[in-house]
Amino acid sequence: MTIARASISVLGTSALLFEAPGEMALESQQRIWALAREAQGWPEVREAVPGMNNLMLSFASAPRTLGDLEARLHAAWLVAKPLPLEGRVVELPVVYGGTGGPHMGDVVAHTGMSIDEIVERHSAPLYPVYALGSHPGYCYLGGMDPRIATPRRKVPVVSIPGGAVSIGGAQTGVSASAGPSGWNTIGSTSMHFFDPAQDPPALLRPGDSIRFRVEKVIR
Amino acid sequence: MIEILSASALATVQDLGRTGALRWGVGTSGAMDPLALAAGNILLGNDEGAAAIEVPVFPFQVRFAQDCAFAITGADVAARLDDEALLPWWSAPARAGQVLQLGLPQPGPWRASRAYLCVAGGVDVPPALGSRSTQLRGAFGGHEGRALRQGDSLRVGSTNGEQRTTGIGLVPPALALPLHVDDLPAIRVLPAAEYANYSEASRAAFWSEPWKITAQSDRYGYRLSGTPLEAVSALEMRSHGIVPGVIQVPPGGQPIVQMRDAQPSGGYPKLGTVIEADLWRLGQAPIGSRVRFVETNWDDAVAALAQTRRWLDEVRRLVELHRGSR
Repeated sequence: MTIARASISVLGTSALLFEAPGEMALESQQRIWALAREAQGWPEVREAVPGMNNLMLSFASAPRTLGDLEARLHAAWLVAKPLPLEGRVVELPVVYGGTGGPHMGDVVAHTGMSIDEIVERHSAPLYPVYALGSHPGYCYLGGMDPRIATPRRKVPVVSIPGGAVSIGGAQTGVSASAGPSGWNTIGSTSMHFFDPAQDPPALLRPGDSIRFRVEKVIR
Repeated sequence: MIEILSASALATVQDLGRTGALRWGVGTSGAMDPLALAAGNILLGNDEGAAAIEVPVFPFQVRFAQDCAFAITGADVAARLDDEALLPWWSAPARAGQVLQLGLPQPGPWRASRAYLCVAGGVDVPPALGSRSTQLRGAFGGHEGRALRQGDSLRVGSTNGEQRTTGIGLVPPALALPLHVDDLPAIRVLPAAEYANYSEASRAAFWSEPWKITAQSDRYGYRLSGTPLEAVSALEMRSHGIVPGVIQVPPGGQPIVQMRDAQPSGGYPKLGTVIEADLWRLGQAPIGSRVRFVETNWDDAVAALAQTRRWLDEVRRLVELHRGSR
């Protein structure tokens, strides 16, 4: 048996990026959560931040050399056991298409499916929250049907509104506030995902799940 | 209190940034020129990370509603306190009622685009998630989570009755730590994970050609213009953590450097990362100006960070010497 090796690269002197080998799947992501929990205790690490099948370690201060930290990461990954986090399920009503889903046409064009097929496939799964990122309270979700995967846009959109439901590559998500995005927006919902006065400030955390309920489809 | 008299947009309250909230999707924010902010605070006897006002659009005017020591760092903006001209990178006392005007950045031995107005005691806005920096996307932190407006009043932090020495100045880091290639500001870059996915010609062009900072550049990111960078293969990446300085290349081939208000994660391929020690140089480069990128390695990038630290330590030593001699 051969084990594909993870890749490690630097983000300037501020952080290091660990990318796990293999396909994106819940079990692999659960190992990323376990690795994050382990690495958070290391002295060089300010914050261990899970991404999608990857982990960023931001540095408290840039280590003089990286070899020791890289070796520790590889070793910890090999023994990392899936960390099952069982959170709550949040249901979000979505209006698909229309002015709230301006890029539905691009997803139709790329996939060759009808709007109804896309909506059916997008609203079927229970999406586990894999990681938070992008902007305050935003959740990266696993479990999207790969048949509706659509590449990110060639030029990012200057601003999409909060509540925008969008597809970027093989991923889907809901924006938590207005801002720029390279993803394809196919619908809209309304929910407050973030409050800096709360502890924790984000509504959802890794291990929670989102279900999209079809409120309306505008064709 | 300091009262904002200008209607000019985009001035924000910033400190050295918000750390430890990436896991909730919260980026770092913070001063685009952290050296200028830290040095201004040292001049006033503040903690290096005290909050100040970052001003990117001029002219900009404030009225001091109380006696207050202040310092202006960053761009040379021909500052005037009432009728008195002030030197750049200098600290001075203001009396209640005096008006401070920051003018257009001056052409001169260094070119910069942002000024920092630091006050003794720091700008006293409530910290949010451990920082006073404005989080524009999340609409929290700083002053009401937004850019300053005409009529806003900002509280000045307490100095516990301590008099702060003024009348001290500094040689700016643009002169003390210069870095140029072919007369253009040079910015050092560490190659990132997808560097090898760009054609040899594109990699060579990235290091050898000037890159223009387009008008679509702000605290979120600098969109650059130059010879489009050609990827060998189209990559559809998984979203991952990124930091200010990461140079993303969307499929169009024109790079975007992530700046202080950048998202904490992204999925476009990364050519490289502007090293932490040089982010201030890019943060001060004006829109329309051109910069050059210089390839560096880990050891040199860490040494550069130590060099900026030594500069700040030396500034602190000199300021304390001056204060002790009074």
